[in-house]
Formats: sequence, structure tokens, C-alpha cells
Amino acid sequence: MRMTKSKPLWGMGRPRLEYTQLPARTDRPESIRPTGPVTLLHLRPAEAKAIPAAKIGETVKTGQKLSLCGNGDYITSPVTGAIAALTPFPGSFGRSYTAVTIAPAPQEVFDDALQAVHQTPSLAAAVDFLAAGPGLPGLHRLADTERPIKTLVVCGVDQDLLVFTQQYVLSARGHDIQNGIRILKQISGIEEVVILTRKEAVQGFGHIVGRMVGVDQRYPSALPPLVMAGLFGRVLPAGRTCEELGFCFMSAEAVASIGAAFSTGRVPVNKLLTVIYKDGFARLAEAPIGTPISDVLKHFGVGIAEGDRIVIGGPMRGTAVFSLEHPVQPDTEALLVLDAEAAVQVSEYPCINCGECVRVCPARMQINLLVRYLEAGKYEEAEEAYDLDACIECGLCSYVCVSKIPILQYITLAKHELARMRRTESLNA
Amino acid sequence: MPDQKKLVVSFAPFWHNGSRITDRSRQIILAGLPAALYGVYRFGIPALGVLALAVSSAVLWELAFTRVAKRPVSVGDGTAAVIGLLFGMMLPATLPWWAVITGTFLAIVVARQIYGGVGANPFNPAAVAVAILMLAWKERMDFDTALVNYAFDFPAAFPLAAVKAFGSGAVKDLSFADLFLGRQVGGIGTICGAGLFAGGVYLILKGVIRWEIPVSFLAGMAVTAGIFHATDPARFASPAFHLLTGFSLFGAFFLATEDSSSPVNFIPMLIYGAVVGSIAVLIRNIGVFAEGLVFAVLVGNLIQPLLDKIRPKALGKVG
Repeated sequence: MRMTKSKPLWGMGRPRLEYTQLPARTDRPESIRPTGPVTLLHLRPAEAKAIPAAKIGETVKTGQKLSLCGNGDYITSPVTGAIAALTPFPGSFGRSYTAVTIAPAPQEVFDDALQAVHQTPSLAAAVDFLAAGPGLPGLHRLADTERPIKTLVVCGVDQDLLVFTQQYVLSARGHDIQNGIRILKQISGIEEVVILTRKEAVQGFGHIVGRMVGVDQRYPSALPPLVMAGLFGRVLPAGRTCEELGFCFMSAEAVASIGAAFSTGRVPVNKLLTVIYKDGFARLAEAPIGTPISDVLKHFGVGIAEGDRIVIGGPMRGTAVFSLEHPVQPDTEALLVLDAEAAVQVSEYPCINCGECVRVCPARMQINLLVRYLEAGKYEEAEEAYDLDACIECGLCSYVCVSKIPILQYITLAKHELARMRRTESLNA
Repeated sequence: MPDQKKLVVSFAPFWHNGSRITDRSRQIILAGLPAALYGVYRFGIPALGVLALAVSSAVLWELAFTRVAKRPVSVGDGTAAVIGLLFGMMLPATLPWWAVITGTFLAIVVARQIYGGVGANPFNPAAVAVAILMLAWKERMDFDTALVNYAFDFPAAFPLAAVKAFGSGAVKDLSFADLFLGRQVGGIGTICGAGLFAGGVYLILKGVIRWEIPVSFLAGMAVTAGIFHATDPARFASPAFHLLTGFSLFGAFFLATEDSSSPVNFIPMLIYGAVVGSIAVLIRNIGVFAEGLVFAVLVGNLIQPLLDKIRPKALGKVG
């Protein structure tokens, strides 16, 4: 399969990009064990002090919490072993992480902290043990009393193309999802549970109790703002979050993990991901969080050549990484390998005002005009006059751009810069 | 990490639909060729000379300007060749070489590059050039004067000029089929309605131009011409005559649809097309020029930024 989709012969209509359906016959996910040390990325807040080097050498058990910043955030060790190194790791858009390297010990020992409380599920226990789990459930959102969550949306669909991770979870782990939904309802104020699935598959999940809602197969209908507007009839005001309207989106895998955690008393540490080869062939893999992606690729025998791109996530919204040692993270839905020749080159060509982006934009933004402001760095004007904050970051504008302008990158950068400016302003106020 | 391979990092999305400016230019040239080749058949080698000189000089002006201004060389994208071809198609076959070269200078340098080059021109470059030539060398651009030495097997008068001078009775013998098939006097590439129509439909189907602009253009033209015709049939020609003569079909499919100077939203495209089409008829019927369609296009270009203010509310925006 070619990674650069050509325009159809007759190109009047909008591009038909459809979500990939879970193959009818799917092999069980390949279980992958890390061959060497694992690396966890621990977000460092800007005000964090130096990395506490004293932690090096400490032993950790599988499922044990690790907190380095003292702000309540933590990571969960996916293996039993000793902390081998703590190094600063720069992320994109100014984020900085501490990379925690853990050398596994031969004997695996499970942490028993959750064991003590798992019989009596509580929101406190969930927030305390499962917040860094697979799918990053974002449990703190349920604990926010100022914005009570009324509706839990379980995403059994994937948000990017080629990926079928969540579809697999929905079809294979119904029991865990069922448990997870029951527990989440029990421990929080959730009144309604909606399960998102593919439109054709709405009838196929009798084993899960909840309101099934079918999502259109055309990209980007599965993105939360479009689900809110199209399926729930609740248009998200630009710049606001679903939580402010009382909705909480959680991946099927996150819900299943919560269900499994409370029934077994063990913190889940494995992440399911779709591995997509250069030719478009895809397989499912299950690996402990922190496994270097080189181990995953080696397991499947995927050869990497100089100049290839490795994308965490799908082709429309993923993030390219610069190292094969990059770890599988709790929110790594897919691993996409792109051949050097297949990847898109951006250009420095100006906008020719063809209007393709305007017609393709699901948020109905005036991208042809917006991009002129963004190129000039005029971010505040871009937001005031041209609805920068309405963008749902689907990437379709860049996908259709005749001039190959990296529009999504401009937009993301502008949003980041505006947020940074506002933070600085509020600190100085 | 000893055997670390160097990976390339870029921003999402990692897919692209494969569209390119060069492809669009190629499609437009391809779509214009049937009408242009018909003009060469009808007007002979001089027409070929004008077209070839227009395209080549446009490309050379573009190359020269980008070199002098130290801009990235952009002739490879084909947009200069498109402007050259469209400009040449509107000319009389006998226009002297110096006028052609001046025209492409006006189109490429004055109407486009000094505004910033590709995508930055507020007006259609080919229309600007033809408009200036019409004002500067009136006789050279007059089809009746320019083509006086040709012997045609159809009425050898520019139909719009005949109507303007003698009323609609002067053209009542012209058959619409003849006009549509190119048996009329006019610009090299603008006389063959069938070729222009086919090219235009091809561009619409290919997604290079939008159907809204040509359709509203022709509708605006037909309605305005119809009103005139109804009020005074002896003086004003019928809508069908207006649609099939002069630069009408060429303007609808090739001039008004130019990317940079036309709107992109649905309602603005409809208004823009209708305004250009009706102003073109106004100029023909009560203006100075027998064929002032390029001026109508320029007026449309002028109001384009205003029109694009009519836009749908973005997702999640109220008030």
C-alpha cells in the first residue's frame, strides 16, 4: 500500500479517508517482552527541582508507583528491577520529561498495594494506582468536583487511520470493559455510559451493557469534538473541553484495565498497540509500557533503513520519534513504520488560495486566511479573527494542501505559543 | 546505542493526497488546449506564433524576475505557462510580437510578481494584461481591425461589436451551433465554445476549479442579458448569443476561476460568479467596450476579499 494516497481520478468530492476496520480474523496480539532495560517517561513540571539522583539503584516491583516530582503525578513500573538511570528527556513543544530506566531482575514480583484495597473499589484508590495505566484513563477528571462528569464515553473506535487497537479491545475484552464500567459508575457520579463503536458493529456487542452509539467510518468522525457535535448534539464551544460539558472520553482499553485491575488486584502494565509495517500490513502487539520500540519492531522482523520514519500513532495525527529506543507509552495506540520514500515532504510554497482546506475542514475554519497569519507569527489575530481555537487537529488541511504547507504544525505551534503567553501573563499579573 | 539508524522526524500528518501545483497547471493547460488548437486551425500559423510567444515569454519573464529578485525559482510549477497560455488565447491572431511580450510582462511581473508571486496576486494576471493592452493599443486588440485580412467562410465580423453598432438584427443570421463550434471571429482560444466547455467540465470533474463559479457566472450573464433582451429585443442580443460569443465561456471556466483572485466559500463563489457575469453583460450592452469581460473579472477580483467575509461559523463558535 502506498503511504501517499493519490487523489482519485476524478477529484471533485472530499477525500474519502476511512477508518480501518478490525480485520475479521485477527490473531491474538503478540506478547512482547523487553529484551533489556525499559524506559518510562515521567513528565517534569516546569517548577520541578533537579532530578533526585538518590533514587538510582532503588528496586521496584511490577506495578509499583514511582513519583519523582512530588506533585502527585506518578508512573507505574511495568517490570521488577532496579532503577538504572534517571536522565532528562526533552519532549516536543517545550515539555520535559525524566527518563527513568529500569533494568529488569530475573524474578518478577508484583506490587501488592492495590491488592489490599481492590475488594472495595473507590475513586481514591483508582486515582492512586491506575492513573498511569494503559490508555491513560485520566481518572482525576472524575474526581473534579467543580466539573462533575455525568456521561462516560467509552471509545471502542480508534481515532486515527490504520489503527484497530481499541476496536480489538472492545471485541475481545468485553468482560473487563463490563467490569470497568460497573466500577466507574460505582465510584463516581457518572449517570450515563455511552460506548462508541463502528456504525456497522452497533448490533454486535450484546455482552456489554451500555448505550451503543455508531461512529461514521469516515475520518475524522471519531474525534471527540465531532462525536460531541454529531452524535450527542452538544457542540463543544471553541477552546472548551468535553469535561466542562460533563463528558469524559476514555478508551476502551483504559476502561478494561480498570475493570481488570479491581478484579485481580494487579495494576495493568501492558499496552496493546497496532504495529503497521511499511507495506500497510498490520498486527497487534502487547508489550509492557516502557518497552523500547526497537524490541517491538525486532519481534516482528521489521527492518528499519536510514531515513525511515517511525510514527507513534497513526498517519494523520501521530508523532514521529527520532530514536528506536523510544519507549512504548501508556497512550501509544500504534506504531507506524514509513519508508523514507513514502513519507510526505512539506514545501515552502505559499498558499495558492485553492480552497481545498476550507472545503475539507470539519470545523469549518477559514484556513486559507488563517495560514497567512500563522506564517507571519500573528497568533493572537489568528485566534480572534480566524477561529484558531476551533481546530480539532485532524490534519485534513495538510493532507489536501496543494502547496504542501505544514498547516497542522503551524496550528499546533500557534496554540502552544498562545498557551505559553497566557501562562506567562497570568504569572506576571 | 552503537547501531543507531538515523530516522527522519516530521510533523503529522504523514500522508498527503498527492495533489501538486504542477499537476493543477498541467490540467489547466490540457483543458485549454482543445480551444487553443482550434484557434490555430482557424487562424493558422500566426495564431500558433502568438500562443508560443505568449507561453515562452511568460515563462522567461517569470524566470528573469525571480532571478533578479532573488526569489526561489518557480517556473517549474507551470503557473507562468498557464498565465501565458490563457493570455495568448484571448489575443487576436495578428498581434505583433512586441505587444505579446509586453502583455506577458504585464501579466507576470506587474500583475503577479510584484504582489509576491504565486498565490499572492489580487487580480487575474492574464485579465490584467489584456485589460491594459485593450486600453493601450485599442486598434491592435480590436478583432475586426486585426483580422481584416482573413477570409472566413462565416460572417467576418466580431459578433459583439456588430451588435453594439447595429443592434441585434445584425447577428440574427448567426446560428448558435456555429457560434458554439467556433465559426466566429474572436480571440485565438476563445471562439471555440465546444472546446472551452469541454475543458471547463474536465477541470470541474478533476477538482481543479469549482462548479459554483462558472455556473453562477453563466447564470448571472444569462439573466442580465435576458432582462436587457426583454426590454429592447431590437437593440440587445439574446442571452444565448451572449453566452456563446466573445470571452464568455473562456471567462467562466478559465478567467474567473483563477485560484488566488477568486473566493473559496460556497455563497461567496456564487455571488462572485453572478456579479462578474452580469457586469460583463452591462459593459457589453451599455458600456464603452464591445467585449469588456476582462474588466468584469477585475471588478470581481476587487470584491473577492469582501465576499470571503461571508463564511460559515466555525465549529463551536457562537454569536
